[in-house]
Amino acid sequence: MSTVEIIKRCEELYEDTYFTAAREWKAADPSRRVIGYMPVYVPREIMHAGGMMSLGILGGGDKLEVIHGDAYYQSYICRIPRSTIELGKTGRLDFVDGMLFPSICDVIRNLSGMWKLMFPDNYVRYFDVPQNYKDDIGGNYYIAELQELREGLEKLSGNKITDEAIRNSIKVYNLNRKLIRELYDLRAEMPQNVPSNDVYLLNRAGMVIPVEDHNSMLRKYMDAAKALDNPIRDNCRIIINGSFCEQPPLNLIRSIELAGCYIVDDDYMLVNRWLLGEVPTSGDPLVNLANAFLHESADSAAKYCDHHEDVGMYLLSTVKERQAEGVIFAAPSFCDPALLERPMLTDRMREHDIPHISFKYAENSGQMQPIREQAGTFADSIKLWS
Amino acid sequence: MSTKIETPTDSHGSSEIQEPQKDSSMLMQKEMINSNYDALTNTANNGKKVCSTFVPGNLNELIQSFGLLNNLPETNAIQNAMRQQSGGMIQTAERQGHSEDVCTYVKADIGMMSKGNIAPNGKPMPNPDLLLLSYTGCFTFMKWFELLRQEYKCETVMLQVPYQGDGEITQNMRDFVVKQLKEEVIPALERVSGNAFDIDKLRENMRRSAQAEDDLVWVLESAKNKPTPIDAYFGAIYYLGPIFTAFRGTQQAVDYYRVLRQEIEQRVKNGQGPITPGGEMTKERYRLVMEGPPNWTNFREFWKMFYEEGAVVVASTYTKVGGVYDQGFRHDADNPLESLADYCLGCYTNRNLPKRVDMLEKYVKDYEADGLLINSIKSCNSFSAGQLMMMQEIEKRTGAPGAFVETDLVDPRYFSAANVKNRLESYFQMIEQRRQGNMIASAR
Amino acid sequence: MKCFIGIDLGSTTTKSVVMDDTGTPLGHGITNSRSNYDTAALVAKTEALISARLVLLRQSLDKAPGLTLSTDDVLYMLERHFRLAQFLVQLDNLKRLCGEKAVQGNYKEDPATLTTALERTFSALKIELSKLFEPGAERKSDFFRDLAGTVYMEVAESQAAELKISSDTLINIYDKSIIEVENIPPQVDMSETFLVALDSALNAGEIQTEDFGKVQAALKEVLAVELEETYVVGTGYGRARLPFPKEHIRSEILCHGLGAHLMYPKTRTVLDIGGQDTKGIQVDESGIVVNFQMNDRCAAGCGRYLGYIADEMQLGLHELGPLAMKSTKKVSINSTCTVFAGAELRDRLSLGEKREDIIAGLHRAIILRSMSILSRSGGVEDELTFTGGVAKNEAAVKELRILVQENYGDLKINIDPDSIYTGALGAAEFARRAVEA
Repeated sequence: MSTVEIIKRCEELYEDTYFTAAREWKAADPSRRVIGYMPVYVPREIMHAGGMMSLGILGGGDKLEVIHGDAYYQSYICRIPRSTIELGKTGRLDFVDGMLFPSICDVIRNLSGMWKLMFPDNYVRYFDVPQNYKDDIGGNYYIAELQELREGLEKLSGNKITDEAIRNSIKVYNLNRKLIRELYDLRAEMPQNVPSNDVYLLNRAGMVIPVEDHNSMLRKYMDAAKALDNPIRDNCRIIINGSFCEQPPLNLIRSIELAGCYIVDDDYMLVNRWLLGEVPTSGDPLVNLANAFLHESADSAAKYCDHHEDVGMYLLSTVKERQAEGVIFAAPSFCDPALLERPMLTDRMREHDIPHISFKYAENSGQMQPIREQAGTFADSIKLWS
Repeated sequence: MSTKIETPTDSHGSSEIQEPQKDSSMLMQKEMINSNYDALTNTANNGKKVCSTFVPGNLNELIQSFGLLNNLPETNAIQNAMRQQSGGMIQTAERQGHSEDVCTYVKADIGMMSKGNIAPNGKPMPNPDLLLLSYTGCFTFMKWFELLRQEYKCETVMLQVPYQGDGEITQNMRDFVVKQLKEEVIPALERVSGNAFDIDKLRENMRRSAQAEDDLVWVLESAKNKPTPIDAYFGAIYYLGPIFTAFRGTQQAVDYYRVLRQEIEQRVKNGQGPITPGGEMTKERYRLVMEGPPNWTNFREFWKMFYEEGAVVVASTYTKVGGVYDQGFRHDADNPLESLADYCLGCYTNRNLPKRVDMLEKYVKDYEADGLLINSIKSCNSFSAGQLMMMQEIEKRTGAPGAFVETDLVDPRYFSAANVKNRLESYFQMIEQRRQGNMIASAR
Repeated sequence: MKCFIGIDLGSTTTKSVVMDDTGTPLGHGITNSRSNYDTAALVAKTEALISARLVLLRQSLDKAPGLTLSTDDVLYMLERHFRLAQFLVQLDNLKRLCGEKAVQGNYKEDPATLTTALERTFSALKIELSKLFEPGAERKSDFFRDLAGTVYMEVAESQAAELKISSDTLINIYDKSIIEVENIPPQVDMSETFLVALDSALNAGEIQTEDFGKVQAALKEVLAVELEETYVVGTGYGRARLPFPKEHIRSEILCHGLGAHLMYPKTRTVLDIGGQDTKGIQVDESGIVVNFQMNDRCAAGCGRYLGYIADEMQLGLHELGPLAMKSTKKVSINSTCTVFAGAELRDRLSLGEKREDIIAGLHRAIILRSMSILSRSGGVEDELTFTGGVAKNEAAVKELRILVQENYGDLKINIDPDSIYTGALGAAEFARRAVEA
């Protein structure tokens, strides 16, 4: 299969706000359950181990007309909760049995309670993760949270979720994370063959199809992409930061690349790469997941950084590792975590002479001209400096 | 969100309107708040160490047991807003790269630092020795302290208070908070203060807290009377000053709430309405439950829109951000750390939306309110995200009409008096018209 | 007779309705809101009373036998001459004030030259304006400011060229004077003007002497009826600035709800899209407001948005709807933010989208926003009454019908061509109830 064919399939999945693929997966077996989740991170292994599919909900994109969702929010609140409610209110999520709302910010947090009121028959859980990274403090708390999640899902599905099953699921997701890492490495290495449009859509596909299918899709894509021989353009290499929750329209990502920037790393759909290393597949699986979360996980503004010296260092190391020439801080309007964190990150970049620019978007932003101009000017200025 | 109160005018402020209340409780309250600022700005002489912390989930009994002073950045932002200083501070912070979209408490705080960190008494504020991040019910707190830490480079300790996602406190949450208190917070307080933890001092403080809390609850519940002797939002904000800030657990607070209670008892006995900046309210026309924090930049102007129409707030949720005492919680000296954990876990914005709706429903019914009014605050997603749904739920459950106005905490650019007044007038008239409609209907 | 008057002081226009003691509306009037709200209110009220007199005259003429002309023709004729007389009074005021400004204004031009220019301008103006009131002539506006302004600009331009002076000076003189003219309170007793108007019709040969006598008799009888201002209620965004005691003021939400109920008694939901705000109102079977929502602080998607788009596209506001109706392709516009809409618009045009499709998308965006406000206020219940300036726009109405159908099913949607008077009508009824109930 060619990369074009694979990406065409991804695009269909991306545009399908009725989640047909997940519906079909569920319909094939009456015992199957689907659990929706929002950014940034949930331990999908536990759902998987219980025979459930986890469905990543990232808002409604730029095509969905939001009527009912808007009725619940003031103008100064970001867009993702509105379109998510719209998805719910219009029956697009009527096959979803449960929803997980990770502790990313107060808007998503409160949405968990709204969901309880709106869909009283759903299993709804606010998934609070530790901001304390010591094993016997945050670690113990988190293990107990994972255990509560496991029990809640057992009750929902009627299936016991055994340690063995979780260990197996960790294996499957270890492979998925490995493939995603490879994909990111491949893009950084040959961005002319692996456009960000493709990387983005491949990531998105992983939100809405079974992980096994996603694994084989990633393999096939990379095999095909490596064989391509696209000419390398005189683009600069940049990293996108701040887009970990509400997603930009695909056009925005394309516009940045068209304006002369190769995106060599980003924070879209971090759930695919949150755990950075191989999670051990022997021993207590919840302890293993907790250890990975505490000690080997990615960074985002939704996390507390317990030492000032460490603020922004994750981003800085990514810049170095990916040989990036600049950072584009692209955050959704009214995104508390990203916008509160941004001044600290820009300070860190300034300290290390990393060029950067900032702008805001909404998932339904329509005007790309300013984005193209800013990204284009940024690319030009980097080329002039170097 | 979060917040605390303060005497809006003092010798340094612009005292544009007369004092809302000249009772002895008022004078006591003012003196207390001023004395804390005086202590804070006099550390060079008194040798005291300063702990900065937030109002919701603040551990004043514990902080004071180590002899530390308590400084609350939200309170400073409010003070600055009430004396019309916050606008410039916010703009200073925005010029430094802080987004116009985020919380204006944070920006007012950062702007205040840039302008020399002058306390409301006109003297420079000392740098904190400890940042005690009580991460309770508000995401912004976490980043706020990261930003402050960047400035002060001082010791910072975080107390993560898990959110009541399912509307209850689980043992795991309580254990997590207690463990952090024992292994993170107390050691940090010991390090900074140089004093060893003394659980008996803590117990003593907590015993006093509970005493003051009893009287405070009595005062807040006096609004069930008709007419209510207090305004449970604009007026109550003054009453909460001591207990939301550096005075919970002190003898001063115990005395203050005793005196306050006696005053209100007298008002109830006399059948008096609440005191407002426009004098005593003689005719109570609309009884409201209020959700959301106040606007501070135009506090008096906002209040006036109510009392001029005979509208009085009989219950509010904002007065529960620093502790929800009227639902039964008391600091418990017999289980000090567990009780502190439950205090933090139970603060209003740490309760999930369904619980918040339940509480409002109870208020509308118990206080026989005519409706629910939401002051939706741009800065505060913790409070604001979901309020439109809360309003719908309350309308559905109680039949009382809701209304919605939008302002901000300390950003003067976000207070449109004409807009707010227009909505309030429409709302009051609607209540009146519905009332008449009901009277006609029942006469038939 | 007892008259109950409602005045709705809006951000762009001020409306008034006069009602009798049975609750029957007699007349309505409108004027542009101006710096002096008292005058705006007085003008609107005077206009409403004039229109009430005409209604009374119609009733009287319908009963009077033996007229050659039809009642419609008589009223049309009389109103034209009446309006002309009114305009000429204002024109005289304008001329006088312009003359004063020319002398006192310290302009670089010689005052005598300016006076000459103005004299010539005003004699041309008088002729041109009079033409607007000839039988069959169409007027683009009913406001003196609009009609006089357009003609003045044209004439002044040519006069300035002829006399070699700056046309800017003449325009400056006009701008200063017109504000004062508008703030001169109208004559409240219009009886004289009515009679003069009828004479003028006779002189113009538009009415035969026999008819004239009958009409004059009927007119005198109608003018003799005292229209007593029994009670006045003010509403609208500027209501706080009306010179009324507080008990004479009602919120526009209440007035709108009641007004819509009076127009369509089965109304349960009202959508009003005005220049600066959008309201969703729920009323019960007696027209009592049970719930309402307005757009939040952000005025995105209000009527002004369309005005801005029209400016951006260099079109007249009234041209937008018809253009949008020509659309064949759905283009979705995401930004209802007035400031960003322009950018999005240009972006779409540069991508090759057609103007009509984009404009149709903009109409949909506005209605989508209204749907959210309606949803916030409790949804849409049968019947829905749509009011406000945007209700006159066919493309907006079309989108509303589609979206209401999709979200709430088949409902009756009421749109009255006079919906601009909804708030004033409700206010008049409040005035009546204050006395009669």
